[in-house]
Amino acid sequence: MTKPPAAARTRIAVVGLGKMGLSHFAMVNAHPEVTAMACDAGGFLTDVLEKNIKAPVFRDYDAMLASEPLDAVLIATPSRLHGPMVRAALERGCHVFCEKPFTLDWRLSEELADLAEAKGLVNRVGYHYRHVGAFGEVARLLSAGAIGQVTHVLAEAYGPVVLAPKRSTWRSQKGEGGGCLYDYAAHPLNLLNWYFGTPVSVAGSVLAPIFSTDVDDQVMSTLRFANGATAQLSVNWSDDSQRKMTTRLTFIGTNGRIFADRQECQIYLRKAVEALPDIPQGHSVKYTTELTTDPWFYLRGEEYSHQIGDFVAEIRGEAPSGVPNDFRAAAQTDRTIAMILEDQAGLAAPPRPVSRRPETPRKRRFFGLL
Amino acid sequence: MTHQPETHQMDRLLFGDNQFFGVNHMSEDKARAQMMRFRDTGAIMEVLDQAYDAGIRTFMCTTHERIREVADVVRANPARYPDFLFYPCMPYAHKYANAMTDLGLVGAISSFLPEGGKMAAMLSGGMALAQKDAGSIARLLIDAEMKMFAGLKTPVIFLQNVFTDLMLGLGFTGAFRIFHDHVREKYGAEPGYITMNLPALYKALSEEGIENPVICANINKIGFRMCGGHQAYLDVLQNGRLQAVAMSVYASGAIPAEEAISWVTALPNLKSIVFGASSRGNILSTRDLVAQHWKHP
Repeated sequence: MTKPPAAARTRIAVVGLGKMGLSHFAMVNAHPEVTAMACDAGGFLTDVLEKNIKAPVFRDYDAMLASEPLDAVLIATPSRLHGPMVRAALERGCHVFCEKPFTLDWRLSEELADLAEAKGLVNRVGYHYRHVGAFGEVARLLSAGAIGQVTHVLAEAYGPVVLAPKRSTWRSQKGEGGGCLYDYAAHPLNLLNWYFGTPVSVAGSVLAPIFSTDVDDQVMSTLRFANGATAQLSVNWSDDSQRKMTTRLTFIGTNGRIFADRQECQIYLRKAVEALPDIPQGHSVKYTTELTTDPWFYLRGEEYSHQIGDFVAEIRGEAPSGVPNDFRAAAQTDRTIAMILEDQAGLAAPPRPVSRRPETPRKRRFFGLL
Repeated sequence: MTHQPETHQMDRLLFGDNQFFGVNHMSEDKARAQMMRFRDTGAIMEVLDQAYDAGIRTFMCTTHERIREVADVVRANPARYPDFLFYPCMPYAHKYANAMTDLGLVGAISSFLPEGGKMAAMLSGGMALAQKDAGSIARLLIDAEMKMFAGLKTPVIFLQNVFTDLMLGLGFTGAFRIFHDHVREKYGAEPGYITMNLPALYKALSEEGIENPVICANINKIGFRMCGGHQAYLDVLQNGRLQAVAMSVYASGAIPAEEAISWVTALPNLKSIVFGASSRGNILSTRDLVAQHWKHP
């Protein structure tokens, strides 16, 4: 990518220099077609950065929006602040990339999706797993009907976040959008939403603390989807047998099985499928390394770069990857999270009947003897 | 007071440590199997001994806690390992990431410093602004990471790629100068930089006045994880002045071994290849391929 002159670059402010914001800022700042700036109310890190980098650092979000001619903002503040900050940017005509979870109220998420769409602004949410080659491959395989009617899904995420009672941050407070459900479970849920939409019912939800006082450290739930699939969600962020967060999805259908994690997509097809000439009958594997292209800048995995690359490309009218990751899609995940919370609190509506499917033939028994 | 270290000639083959700590770019299952196999430091030493006895005497390793035990073994047996060299790579990112989640940024930094309590008080206290000197904090952190190698030979000290590339992305390139000067002055060693973005890093180091740097990056025939583009890498190697260390030369197994080695060893400015292996057979075959194909001096 050649660097366009300053006047032709896209001006993006990264707001919130926490755990995610700092690495987002590094990737945005390294993008050759972008002029980046940062905004954070302050603290040790902001002071150090201000003294050591060329990009401008602002302290006041509203003042920055009022004074700077920005094309876009990237919001990486604590989840509770997303709603008002996203709205303020949209109202000023800025394109918005927002960290996940989008908002803590799915109705607000829908409203913001309406607003962004009405204004014709680019809107994306940081569900980076959608940009992992192996999970993109799952979307391609499922939409081509690779494994027939999907009946059985296992959606898992494990990792070492809360391993002991610890100091309080917004991530450990329920009202701020903390906890394993918002932080970890949102990822596999968002992938399920991509493949199957919003569930029609949720049951058996368990949100339990292990070491935390105010939030859940493990989440289990059963989700039923309109296509007839039932998904078991199993998420735990107090599992240090994992070096870092690991998300795994397993699908069983009438024509086979798919397993995917960040590294690979393992496929078993009972019979080859005409629409997928590259996938043989029987067992096969595709590695993320062969499914992914190099981004302009690599910091912590291609997917983090690609989600920002898509955002910039869409703003500039260039061709993005086509991975759907907008406010509307994220609102489905916020809705799903709300369904799990309602179910756990005993507030869920009785499950609606799932679409009727032909009855499965009974196993033939040899004169009833075997 | 900059004293120029004696020019250290890097060996052509360096032994890496990813295989010991469950880093596998292809498969979680393989990574877990490796963690099970190398749970004892004895199992790590067995492979390191095979490499050492095959003439591969440089161990390029992260400052992982387990490496402390490897360093202890080498220190305790000077007769067995007279020529053993460590190339430490710091910081070990997961250690800091986990500490940051538990303790916050200032708490994490403080927890790795010898006089942690004092520093924490300074950082959060009234005298904060004057003390927010990134350089002095960085120097203390480098010293803390180097403690496990006391008394051992560490002629090259690397900055890990997550940290290098974070600083590169932020435009905080002064950090490279701080690292460079401290490694030279205090350890008489050559500073090295691991990156996934070689062309951009080479440019940033030049702009910081860091000449002929040691840069370790993915360099392979198919361009796997060579960000900035295969051609841009080749341009730097052909026209730049650097001491390149190639990693991922096999591109996680996507390139046949002989083809990978014959391609990479023909590149100008390439000084070393870092590779990982868990068996004597693989160590010897890489060694022999390099000996066979690496013609230029």
